[in-house]
Amino acid sequence: MSKVYETVIGLEVHVELASKTKIFCGCSTAFGGAPNSHTCPVCTGMPGSLPVLNKQVVEYAIAVGLATNCSITQYCKFDRKNYFYPDNPQNYQISQLYLPICRNGGVEIETAAGKKTVGIHEIHMEEDAGKLVHDEWEDCSIVDYNRSGVPLIEIVSEPDMRSAEEVIAYLEKLRLIIQYLGASDCKLNEGSMRADVNLSVREMGAPEFGTRTEMKNLNSFKAIARAIEGERTRQIELIEEGKKVIQETRRWDDNKEYSYAMRSKEDAQDYRYFPEPDLVPIVINDEWIAEIKARQPELRTEKLERYKKEFGLPDYDAEIITGHKKFADLFEATTEICKKPKKVSNWIMGEIIRLLKENEMDPEDIKFSPVNLAKVIELADSGAINSTVAKEVFEEVFKHDIDPDKYVEEKGLKTVNDAGELQAVVEQVIKDNPQSVEDYRNGKEKAIGFLVGQTMKAMKGKANPGMVNKILKELL
Amino acid sequence: MANIISDETIEYVGILAKLELNEEEKEQAKKDMGAMLDYIDKLNELDTTGVEPMSHVFPVTNVFREDVVTNGDGSEATLSNAPSMKDSGFKVPKTIG
Amino acid sequence: MRLMSLTAVELGKKIKAKEVTVTEAVTAALDAIEAKEKKVNSFVTVDREGALKRAEEVQKMIDDGTLTGPLAGVPVAIKDNMCTKDLLTTCSSKILYNFKPTYTAEAVENLEKAGAVIIGKTNMDEFAMGSTTETSAYGATKNPWNEAHVPGGSSGGSCAAVAAEECSYALGSDTGGSIRQPSSFCGVTGIKPTYGTVSRYGLIAYGSSLDQIGPIAKDVTDCATILEAIASYDKKDSTSIARDDLKFTDALVDDVKGLKIGIPRDYFGEGLDPEVKEAVLNAAKVLEEKGAVVEEFDLSLVEYAIPAYYVIACAEASSNLARFDGVKYGYRAKEYEGLHNMYKKTRSEGFGTEVKRRIMLGSFVLSSGYYDAYYLKALRTKALIKKAFDEAFAKYDVILGPAAPTTAPKLGESLSDPIKMYLGDIYTISVNLAGLPGISLPCGKDSNGLPIGLQLIGDCFKEKKIIRAAYAFEQTREYEHSPLA
Ligand SMILES: [Mg+2]
Ligand SMILES: [Zn+2]
Repeated sequence: MSKVYETVIGLEVHVELASKTKIFCGCSTAFGGAPNSHTCPVCTGMPGSLPVLNKQVVEYAIAVGLATNCSITQYCKFDRKNYFYPDNPQNYQISQLYLPICRNGGVEIETAAGKKTVGIHEIHMEEDAGKLVHDEWEDCSIVDYNRSGVPLIEIVSEPDMRSAEEVIAYLEKLRLIIQYLGASDCKLNEGSMRADVNLSVREMGAPEFGTRTEMKNLNSFKAIARAIEGERTRQIELIEEGKKVIQETRRWDDNKEYSYAMRSKEDAQDYRYFPEPDLVPIVINDEWIAEIKARQPELRTEKLERYKKEFGLPDYDAEIITGHKKFADLFEATTEICKKPKKVSNWIMGEIIRLLKENEMDPEDIKFSPVNLAKVIELADSGAINSTVAKEVFEEVFKHDIDPDKYVEEKGLKTVNDAGELQAVVEQVIKDNPQSVEDYRNGKEKAIGFLVGQTMKAMKGKANPGMVNKILKELL
Repeated sequence: MANIISDETIEYVGILAKLELNEEEKEQAKKDMGAMLDYIDKLNELDTTGVEPMSHVFPVTNVFREDVVTNGDGSEATLSNAPSMKDSGFKVPKTIG
Repeated sequence: MRLMSLTAVELGKKIKAKEVTVTEAVTAALDAIEAKEKKVNSFVTVDREGALKRAEEVQKMIDDGTLTGPLAGVPVAIKDNMCTKDLLTTCSSKILYNFKPTYTAEAVENLEKAGAVIIGKTNMDEFAMGSTTETSAYGATKNPWNEAHVPGGSSGGSCAAVAAEECSYALGSDTGGSIRQPSSFCGVTGIKPTYGTVSRYGLIAYGSSLDQIGPIAKDVTDCATILEAIASYDKKDSTSIARDDLKFTDALVDDVKGLKIGIPRDYFGEGLDPEVKEAVLNAAKVLEEKGAVVEEFDLSLVEYAIPAYYVIACAEASSNLARFDGVKYGYRAKEYEGLHNMYKKTRSEGFGTEVKRRIMLGSFVLSSGYYDAYYLKALRTKALIKKAFDEAFAKYDVILGPAAPTTAPKLGESLSDPIKMYLGDIYTISVNLAGLPGISLPCGKDSNGLPIGLQLIGDCFKEKKIIRAAYAFEQTREYEHSPLA
């Protein structure tokens, strides 16, 4: 008889904060850039350089802590975590171990299994590492320190999750909170949100946790789900074979759908933490916390209510739109311009979501500007273009953020409302389709649809369909 | 000598500190470290119960920078001392696989 | 005129009065170096070309009135652990044999703003780890009073260069006595300021919580003047302290009436050379005669300072020196297999014995299972030592004692027994643990003709009190030039 196992999962989520500069120096945090261009003596570990803490980082960390129901550590410090790796220029990472900035919080998640709270053990601030590019030709690696020193918060959950579904729900929840706070854009594919999964299995009902492993290199929700399944299976197999699970760090290979141990004799995993002597402690008084609370932007629940009340959006639309910070931002910005909330909502619920799906994109990947969406809405609403053309124009906006006014003008897509011009085309269509004309006259009402279609085709879709219909009926 | 440093300890410290000692140096290091630890053990004579560890001498707190970009393209300076370089990056032995 | 036998302030006056040009002053220093370096080896790098070029620029700025300070045009030597843009900075280590910083340390930049001309970088114990300047990868520095003896360390090159009159003054750094002890061995004056007074930005760290840059010169007036120039609140150094009492030259007053001086009995016990003891107590008597109130007291905890220091300094050093790995700058081993082997070979070949010894000790005391027993214990001891000083300074303005238990030992005598060498820092180390200011100045010579140093320790931010006491004492004696001067 096979046993029933429970998966126990805790997460370490690293989030790159949205500050303009790095955590300890005045270098830009902008993504990309020529290798090592966003660097200075501080973030490349030059001898003699010293760190100075970016105040904005502390404020973001406090804001996230407050929004995830943590208590704020009012006397907190940085520590050094010592380990050698080329992406870590000082060979120590400035992080927090003994007095992390936030502790003892939690967020509520909802899955098919119902609602539950996932506890947050702590949130600490630390610096990101540089990037290693592996060069296959020369069998070497190349280090770029542009990301070195970008501020991170690491959110360490309690081992409260039991399935991939709960893990994803938890991550979605964190992402939404952090995005709403403006503390990070949380893009998994660009690495501004990363999750390490701590996973163990135990027989259902067992009082003790099993031995856990830590999995790294998970850069999409799908990879996380697959990694959880893969690691769960691997651990159960080990146990069933009477073998032991070793506590270790493993690297998930999403192509091979398998995790590999990262152990080596040279990685002792003994980080020799000690208080960072180059930075002074941070004292966070009640006033500062109150100030950050007061500055906190509208979070999702408030927004949801407001959308329904202020704009009259249906529950479902408001849910979807506030479900992504990017949607909400787009909705508000576009509505601000065109003052047509319901229309904007329809576009998001319809074409935008459809195109995202079709292109396998996340809402965060939206590049077009609200101005151009508003223009499309204006054009369609005024009857300047018909709905088919509007969709076509919007696709261009979606892909290349073109100016719809110019595009419609240049391509001559404006709906033709000139009766004379239309009449001439209709006459030609009637001439070319005697059979359909015959059918219509014999009482087949449907045949007119075909003739309208033919006219529209001849007009390259730009005709006003109502007028075409009217003229056809008159002529027949 | 009260503190006997084993071969394993010296080996382990070598891994942590990324130092590789030859046999002779290892023996010397074992002796030196043992002697230093014996000497340091003198601290155990002191009763420090209830004493808060002091990492900073002065109670200075909250030294911050404003979030303003002050540095431009630093790649030339950053790379100017590189022992080995490729594609505007520091070249190192392969770190993966 | 022997320009290098003048104090920095005297030379500065002559330059200002147009009796001497900056080029003449700089040439005098370079000539002295040329003549004496073979004997004393106090420099790792001499920047002849740069100094001469800079001399002309400084002269122009003096002539057009942009530079008016007392140090304008005066040649200075900088300890080789302070970054100087485009000028080799080695920490006297092989691992930085080719390192040219891309920026200049804040303290050095402050000096440059005051019109200083840097003539070169001085020798030191490798990464400031040592008390003799024998651990330098570029050969030991010799004591200008007797070349068979060490100059002390780790700022031995700076102190020897001042004593040998190869420069007008120098900057040193002091983590456990590295300015005061070699000043005492070389018969010159040096100040270790209150922690946070001089920016550490650009000082290649040894023990971050202990390191301070300070002046080394012929007399107290020079030291006060130099300290005034280099001290500043620096936003780039989070441990820098904003002070509004940095006019140290105001304290150059020959008056100690009513000044309360405490002499810790613990500083005059076992291990102290009788000749040193006599000279130092004599200095106390001189100050008493000038009106100071001198009293003996028990400081306590003196013997715990060294073990606590070695735990803290080595732990910080093990982390601070991790960045020297052959990836970004400096030495990289020629042959290696893979990443970790590159690290190990680079560091094993690049660092000297003493540095490796301290890195290993530091790594060990921080390693899993030992942190509490060693590191936290040392930090608690530090707190107690600080408290002992607080209590002392509630009663006294200044603490007076020797800078070192002996005069300069012979070359080659110290390194074989590290603990014995460490014990030589017994009177200086606790000052760093407590963040206090201290000054060392000559107070006599032993029967071998080697200088003896007097140390005056002040409470935090009370440099002026020790400067005043030192200045008053100095007025009672003549500056003695070393035989090599
Ligand atoms: Mg971390
Ligand atoms: Zn930077």
